[in-house]
Amino acid sequence: MAEFEQPPAQPQPHAAAADARSVHEAPGPDTLLATRSLVIDIPGRSAGAPLDLTVNQGQCWGILGPNGAGKSTLLHTLAGLRAARAGHIELRGTPLARHARRDLARGLGLVFQKHHDGFPATVLETALIGRHPYLRPWDIETAEDYALARRALAEMDLGDMEDRLVDTLSGGERQRLAIATVLTQDPALLLLDEPTSQLDLHHQVAVLDQVRKIASHPKRAAILVLHDVNLAARYCDHLLLLFPDGTACWGPTRTMLVPAALERLYNQPLSVGEIDGRPVFLPTIP
Amino acid sequence: MTRAFLLAMGVLLPASVLAVLVALAFGSVTIPTADLLAVFNGEASRLHSTLVLELRLPRALAAFAAGGLLGIAGALMQVLLRNPLADPYVLGLSGGASVGALLAMLAGLSMFSVSMAAFFGALLSTVIVFGLAHGTGSWTPTRLLLTGVVVAAGWGAMISFILAVSPTAELPGMLYWLMGDVSHARNPYPAWGVLVLVVLLALPLGRTLNVLARGPMQAAALGVAVRPVEWSIYIAAALITATAVTQVGAVGFVGLIVPHMLRLVFGNDQRVILPASALAGGILLTLADTLARTIIAPEQLPVGVITAMLGVPVFLFLLYRSR
Repeated sequence: MAEFEQPPAQPQPHAAAADARSVHEAPGPDTLLATRSLVIDIPGRSAGAPLDLTVNQGQCWGILGPNGAGKSTLLHTLAGLRAARAGHIELRGTPLARHARRDLARGLGLVFQKHHDGFPATVLETALIGRHPYLRPWDIETAEDYALARRALAEMDLGDMEDRLVDTLSGGERQRLAIATVLTQDPALLLLDEPTSQLDLHHQVAVLDQVRKIASHPKRAAILVLHDVNLAARYCDHLLLLFPDGTACWGPTRTMLVPAALERLYNQPLSVGEIDGRPVFLPTIP
Repeated sequence: MTRAFLLAMGVLLPASVLAVLVALAFGSVTIPTADLLAVFNGEASRLHSTLVLELRLPRALAAFAAGGLLGIAGALMQVLLRNPLADPYVLGLSGGASVGALLAMLAGLSMFSVSMAAFFGALLSTVIVFGLAHGTGSWTPTRLLLTGVVVAAGWGAMISFILAVSPTAELPGMLYWLMGDVSHARNPYPAWGVLVLVVLLALPLGRTLNVLARGPMQAAALGVAVRPVEWSIYIAAALITATAVTQVGAVGFVGLIVPHMLRLVFGNDQRVILPASALAGGILLTLADTLARTIIAPEQLPVGVITAMLGVPVFLFLLYRSR
């Protein structure tokens, strides 16, 4: 990486720290999700460094890393959808494996990166499936369930589309519908895989505002996989960096925004600027 | 959902009764409505009451139950594979049943043994398809569908082989069985028992199936125990199909077109589609069997010929219209 050249004129507010260091925090009574020596299982890859994350109520975590670093795999593992290679995960102090699948779906909700729509369904029907973990087999959705779904759709700016068929939505609208579904599910911990990937600038900000509002609730939290360092810096109070070599590094956002660490993360030289007293990272284009 | 359910039942339940009445009235001898009513009042002639109660009623009920079972089996398979083209026929279940039945006929066994052989043939085919599609890794809907299609082709070849080596006297019976034939159905009540049981089990499972149609990962994230549910559906669909082919032979197209047509009208809520498929499948096969008995009366056509002749153009039209 000798050819990396930092333009000398750029202000480098964090240049004092050579690299980012993990900040370990012991789980406490406020802890929603904790991982104990967790090693995620990526087929065909050697084991990465074990993760000891502690996600407390009211926190918003961002996961950053290059393509293929295992961000989605980690998120799926945290949701209990994939087995870990080693270690375990606890939701409110109880290992995931000891929660019933249905209880788990009330504790944590996941928005996937890709959305599969088998048979044609309307926007409202799609949001309503978020109520599934709360309904017993013979139950029919109540007026209250409909109200929750409609409110979630309105929050995602889809209020006037409830009768549209899902396959007529644009990529960004489909993405917002997936988030509306998880809002209808109303879990304590939101897991979002690239929630802003297909959204226009306004909806990126609107969605993340909403997620941060939910995460700041004293009983809730959120973990987001993001590709935009600047949005992560702005919205997340904690960051987890997954490096391509399998190592990882996590802690409060201000201690993670070290240019050298981010350059190593993305294998890309960065230029650092400052807007309103906050660092802004842009790729250096030769 | 409630409105669609009531609408579907409001249309299909009276239509079911009507279909059975039509099946009772028509045949080699047409019975006028007044005489039909007299049969149920016990005031009709012996000939009429024997014809209606001992010949036509069991046959109509058998056709209805088998059609209902095939309809619901198709709907279940389509959710399981997330593919509107899945049905017991396409997946090789009916093929396995046919080979079993033909081998029993070749061996000169009784009609009861033929039915049992068909039942176990369908189950054997299920085990082969599911086992092979599972393979060493996890199965995907595409892999399961492809395995089913290839296994069905294999059964097709075996059927041709059996037909080729069978004595000529056996051939008409075999061909009738292969194209579906209700005339051997004597006792419709076990099939009715299975049908009622399946509908009662499918109703509370409907919402879970709705979620499963969004993909296994999404379903798991919403609290569905995906593996057990998928296995149960597959096994249930196999048992249902086996019961149906035991009654009426290898009737095609009911499982394919019935759920598909209902989805166009009532949407995709499985809580509506599953019971509606049972009723509409029953109506279709009852009416098709009535046609099979009357078109060239007193001779009879295999009912599978009628369902195929109705099913192929309807299905092609629907396929052509949807994109």
